[in-house]
Amino acid sequence: MSRDHDHDHAHGHGRPHRHPPRPDSDDRLGYYQVMEIALRELLIEKRVFSAVEINRAIEAMDARGEALGAKVVARAWADPAFKARLLADGTEAVRDFGIDMGTTRLFVVENTPAVHNLVVCTLCSCYPRMVLGLPPDWYKSRAYRSRAVKEPRAVLREFGTIVPDDREVRVHDSTADMRYLVLPLRPKGTDGWSEEKLAALVSRDAMIGVAFARTP
Amino acid sequence: MSAGANAAFKARFKPGDRVRVRKAYPPGHIRTPFYIRGHHGVIAHALGPFANPEELAYARSGLPAQPLYRVRFEQREVWPDYRGPAHDTLDVEIFQHWLDPA
Amino acid sequence: MGGEPAGTVEKTEHDYALWEKRVDAMNVVLAGKGHLRVDEMRKNIEALPPDAYDSMTYYERWCSAIANTLLQRGLITADELGRKMAEVAKREGAEAALEKP
Repeated sequence: MSRDHDHDHAHGHGRPHRHPPRPDSDDRLGYYQVMEIALRELLIEKRVFSAVEINRAIEAMDARGEALGAKVVARAWADPAFKARLLADGTEAVRDFGIDMGTTRLFVVENTPAVHNLVVCTLCSCYPRMVLGLPPDWYKSRAYRSRAVKEPRAVLREFGTIVPDDREVRVHDSTADMRYLVLPLRPKGTDGWSEEKLAALVSRDAMIGVAFARTP
Repeated sequence: MSAGANAAFKARFKPGDRVRVRKAYPPGHIRTPFYIRGHHGVIAHALGPFANPEELAYARSGLPAQPLYRVRFEQREVWPDYRGPAHDTLDVEIFQHWLDPA
Repeated sequence: MGGEPAGTVEKTEHDYALWEKRVDAMNVVLAGKGHLRVDEMRKNIEALPPDAYDSMTYYERWCSAIANTLLQRGLITADELGRKMAEVAKREGAEAALEKP
C-alpha cells in the first residue's frame, strides 16, 4: 500500500473540548474520498503542489481556533488604542497577531448596550477562518443559514442567548469579501484583568454572535 | 479582491444614501441574495472596489472592479412577518451594479 | 437560502476527518497558487443537483467542486482523473465506491 503518510494531529490549540469525529459506516472509502486521494496524487505528480505544502496547510488551519480570536478580543478590551484600530481596519490590526486575511478583509463589529451583532453566510459558509479556524457544522447548516437572517432572536434563544428587546439585533450576511468577527461586550467585574485572563472568557460562539462572553 | 482605481467603476453612493436592490434574476453565480432583491435600505459603509464575483466564477478577471457597499436594512421591511422589535437590522454586502438610488 | 423555512439549529460539531482537512488544504493551496478562485468553487457547488445539499456532505461538495474547477481550467482531464481514481480504488479495495457517486 502506498497511501500518502497520515499525520495524526493531536493539536490542542484553542480547542479545550474535542468533539467526536464524524462516524463512518465502515472503513471503506467512499467515492469522494477516492477522488480526494486521486486528485492529490495526480496534482503532486504534475508538480502543481507538494505533499509538504498540503501538510503545512493542514497544520496551519489546525493551529487557528478560538484561542487566537480570543486573544484579539482580549487585547481590544484591555487596550483602547488597539480597539480603535481593530474597529477602523480589522485586517491591518490583526497583523499584530500574525493573522493574514489573504484576499478577504476582516470587519469587526462591536457589541454594545445598544446593539448585538450576529454573523451568518446565507449563500455558502464564509467565516473568518484565518482568525477562528474551521467553522462548526451548525454555522454551515441549512437551518442556521435560513433562519439567522429572518428570525435571529429565535435562533439566539436556541443557543440560550436572550437579547433584550430594547437592544437592536443586527445580523451581518457575509455575501462578499468581508469576514466578520463580533467583539463581544466585556463582562462586568473584569477591571484590571490581564489579557490572558480576559481571553479565557471569550468563546468562539461569542465571536460569531450566538453567545455572550462568559462572566467571571 | 480589491483593485486599483484605474480598473474600477466610479463609486456612485456614499454612507447615508438610500438605495433599492434591483429585482433581477439572471442565471450564473450571483452574490445578491434572493431575499434582499427589491428591498430598500441605507448605505452603511462604502467598502471600495472589488473584482466582480459573477465574472470571477468563470475564471475571468472581474474587472473593472465594482464598488461594494454594506447596506443596512430594517428587518421589518425585509420580512413582512418579522416579529422582533422595529429597530432590528440586517446588513448585507451588495455590489454597486445591483443598487439603484431610492 | 436566507429566509427559507427550516427547523431548529442542531448544534452539531465534529472534528474534521483527515480526508476533509486534505480537501480543505487542497483548496487553500490551489487558490494560493492561482489555480482556482473561491468564486469558481462556489459556482460549481451551486451547479450541483438540487438534492446535493442533502445527499452530499460539505467536503464531498468541495471535493467535487475542486475536480470540476480544475477540469474547467484544463489543469486535469477527466480521463486522467478517472484513471487515477480507478487505480486508487483498486489499491484501497474500494472499487465498489466508484460504481455510483
